Amino acid sequence: MVGILSSAFVVLSAAVFYRQIVETDYLRGEGERRYLRVGEIAARRGMITDRNGEPLAVSTPVETVWGEPRKLVHKPDAIPPLAIALGLEPKALQERLAATSERGFLYLKRRVSFEEARAVRQVVADHHLDGVDFETEYRRFYPGVEVFGHVLGFTNIDDRGQEGIELTYDSWLKSEPGLRRVIRDGRQQIVQEIEQVRAPRQGADLALSLDRRLQFLAYRELKAAVAEHKAAGGTLVALDVETGEILAMVNQPGYNPNSQRDGSSERRRNRAVTDVMEPGSTVKPFVVAAALERGLVKPTTVIATRGSLAVGRDTVKDVHNYGSLSVTGVITKSSNVGVVKIAQMMSYGDLWGLYDQLGFGHATDVGVPGESRGVLRHHSKWRVFEHATQAFGYGLSVTALQLAQAYGVLAADGVKRPATLLKRDPAAPAGAAEETRVLSADTARKVRAMMETVVSDQGTAKRAAITGYRVAGKTGTAKKSEGRAGYGGGKYQAVFAGFAPAGSPRLVIAVMIDEPKGKAYYGGLVAAPVFQKVMEGALRLFNVPPDDPQASMLLARREVKP
Amino acid sequence: MAIRSSGVFPDDSLDQGQPGFWQRVHLDAPLLVALLALCGFGLMVLFSASDQDPAVVERQLIRLGVAFGLMVAVAQIPPARLRSWSPLLYGVGVAMLIAVLLIGDIGKGAQRWLDFGVVRFQPSELLKLAVPMMLAWMLSARALPPKLPWVMLSAVLTLIPVVLIAKQPDLGTSLLVASAGITVLFMAGMGWGTIFVLATVVAAVTPLVWIGLHDYQRDRVLTFLNPESDPLGSGYHIIQSQIAIGSGGIDGKGWLNGTQSHLEFLPERHTDFIFAVIGEEFGFTGILALLALYLFIILRGLIIASQAQDRFGRVLAGALTLVFFVYVFVNTGMVTGLLPVVGVPLPLISYGGTSMVTLMAGFGMIMGVHTHRIRARG
Repeated sequence: MVGILSSAFVVLSAAVFYRQIVETDYLRGEGERRYLRVGEIAARRGMITDRNGEPLAVSTPVETVWGEPRKLVHKPDAIPPLAIALGLEPKALQERLAATSERGFLYLKRRVSFEEARAVRQVVADHHLDGVDFETEYRRFYPGVEVFGHVLGFTNIDDRGQEGIELTYDSWLKSEPGLRRVIRDGRQQIVQEIEQVRAPRQGADLALSLDRRLQFLAYRELKAAVAEHKAAGGTLVALDVETGEILAMVNQPGYNPNSQRDGSSERRRNRAVTDVMEPGSTVKPFVVAAALERGLVKPTTVIATRGSLAVGRDTVKDVHNYGSLSVTGVITKSSNVGVVKIAQMMSYGDLWGLYDQLGFGHATDVGVPGESRGVLRHHSKWRVFEHATQAFGYGLSVTALQLAQAYGVLAADGVKRPATLLKRDPAAPAGAAEETRVLSADTARKVRAMMETVVSDQGTAKRAAITGYRVAGKTGTAKKSEGRAGYGGGKYQAVFAGFAPAGSPRLVIAVMIDEPKGKAYYGGLVAAPVFQKVMEGALRLFNVPPDDPQASMLLARREVKP
Repeated sequence: MAIRSSGVFPDDSLDQGQPGFWQRVHLDAPLLVALLALCGFGLMVLFSASDQDPAVVERQLIRLGVAFGLMVAVAQIPPARLRSWSPLLYGVGVAMLIAVLLIGDIGKGAQRWLDFGVVRFQPSELLKLAVPMMLAWMLSARALPPKLPWVMLSAVLTLIPVVLIAKQPDLGTSLLVASAGITVLFMAGMGWGTIFVLATVVAAVTPLVWIGLHDYQRDRVLTFLNPESDPLGSGYHIIQSQIAIGSGGIDGKGWLNGTQSHLEFLPERHTDFIFAVIGEEFGFTGILALLALYLFIILRGLIIASQAQDRFGRVLAGALTLVFFVYVFVNTGMVTGLLPVVGVPLPLISYGGTSMVTLMAGFGMIMGVHTHRIRARG
């Protein structure tokens, strides 16, 4: 009897001995494996601001709701209200939980709204629900909505950049979550933090060159113009002449980067950088500049245009027969014949050399993923007619940004300053633009003076005129070449590029309206008014003093009158 | 009886001379001291296992007071009177079991309670005492070891309540009641062979009972067997309790310092799995001390049985002591992973009142057997 009892106790003691003495290290390890966990500490992704520190992309802490399916499956009553609180389909949630019923972790919904979080807490309290918990994450928010969408791009659910600046500068902006060792209890609640293994590293902020106010203005005007002309799209780039900084870069159609699923890649494209166009007549000032630079012409040199010119087997035509035009007149009237005759004074390489130096065919590297370099064929492959078409902007393709950057050279007295989307820091020498002289200052000034005539009653873009300021620019109306139809498809791209004040330009703006469907499709009618409105607003925004005293006085006199 | 000649607790003056103080109050001092020590230790562990909730300890203390009071009261009843009450108690107990099945309250997924308005009563607990009393009453009047018909009758008298309790369903209690019946036969001097046959019969009947249960009843059984119904399975309890015990090592992590229990990994830590808390916080030394205390109580119970003046007293005291042993063994075996998980609490330490009251009443009977003696005046 005692023997049986004693042996029972011996067996018990032996069992306990085995666990506590023999297996103790293993079982202690198992225990620690269950309560010692490494948890993440959320870190904030860097903020993107405009040049004045206005937030364009900010990460705000939000709550993510996760659950323990293995516990939740035992509370079937609570699942439908929980789903409703989260804005989910009750049936879908039930199925997700059933499929993961063995697991201890499942994101129920990430980055919930404040209201959703409150509703979930209510459900948890009402149903005494165990197995629902919250964690802090950061949600990217773009206050500029669609206005900045193309430039900024967006991040994915894991806070990594997917498009635009967010992608290009991801390693700069990205945060590194910290790690901490914590004690978690059997309900997976963190009871105590033991140590911080790694401190969270917040992402670095990034200041863009964009000006929020100008960007909004540009977007509004571009959107209105695209709607008015029932156009397929449009793009506008504004540059600071002194620094090469991009002050505004907007496109149509747009999309809202705050909602990940908004729009196709068609809408998300930053057309100013990814899409190319044939620049058409907007390159004519460069042809003239190249000829001026070589002393081949003077602004007053007379060119006989006669309406058409045979080049090889082909013919170059003007819209009207302008007869004899000065070089200035060629620009004013945008004569194809005139500009071809000027180009023919030079070798292929002379024209190609300037285009190349202006940046055509080269990436701007402003940091937009999917940038197009455009096409500028080497002059050794040109044929005689191609030499002619290059002079009036066909046979090469450029992006709106490249065009604006090239116009920046004329505006900056012949100095090329690479465009940038990042704010240049005037204090740091490294932050200043690297400058390359492309044209002499004299040539640039002469070409600008010619381009002022474009924005006049005689020119093609009087609608670009701004009261009180001298404005210079050039229109372009390029027929779109489409597959087999070639240039016969009846589709146009209306372009206007220019700068102001013309005497000492501060800003360059290039506008392109794609496939305007109304009666008007000329650059001077479709694109120039957008330029006019945005430039006028920009001059006011940046407090640029007027440089056309007569007009100001006229204006003043008019205002004085009752 | 193997224990008859034990000299561990010399008690020469037992049947002679003037009764001492303890005999006059009908209590057994060694047993009382051991029980108090056990309960004191139990309260200490409970304080830790309940995450230092004084309310839990207070409620347990009140139950202990009631249980000790009942023990003292029961100890005053002479065994002869107990004996004469046995058939009545058994009859009432079985009647109440039937009543429970018909009109009982459902609590925690099983139908175990009779509601008398003021008191809620669990008749199955009564049977833990009534079955050994009934069998002791029946067999002590007969030649021992009992002949086969009496053994068969004993088996039937045991199985009736066992089946009724199993239907509630309460497998743990029905197991204990069955073991009570078997220990009585054992104490009555029955051979191992017969007991083995009986145990086999019981083992064979249990699945039949299982088959007889409805699906929802089986679910209840399963729910009861695995109270948290953790999807990781009942293995979860075992893994967690073994981790808790194992991480105690030799000296344990110290009182109130058990991580597995306090971090709520250990399920049922203040009830059925409290033994694991002791293992984690007090280590192997603590476990050995506890087992020694249990062994002391059991040995003391058997000594009392061996010194009993009549067969009824001997059989009853021995059977009740062995039931206590079964309690201890089933619970500790379950927590250490030697036995499957059956809902049996660690006697006098696990939080909960009903089984404690029954146990203490049993100890009252044992003490009564020891202290109500017909004196040989000399």
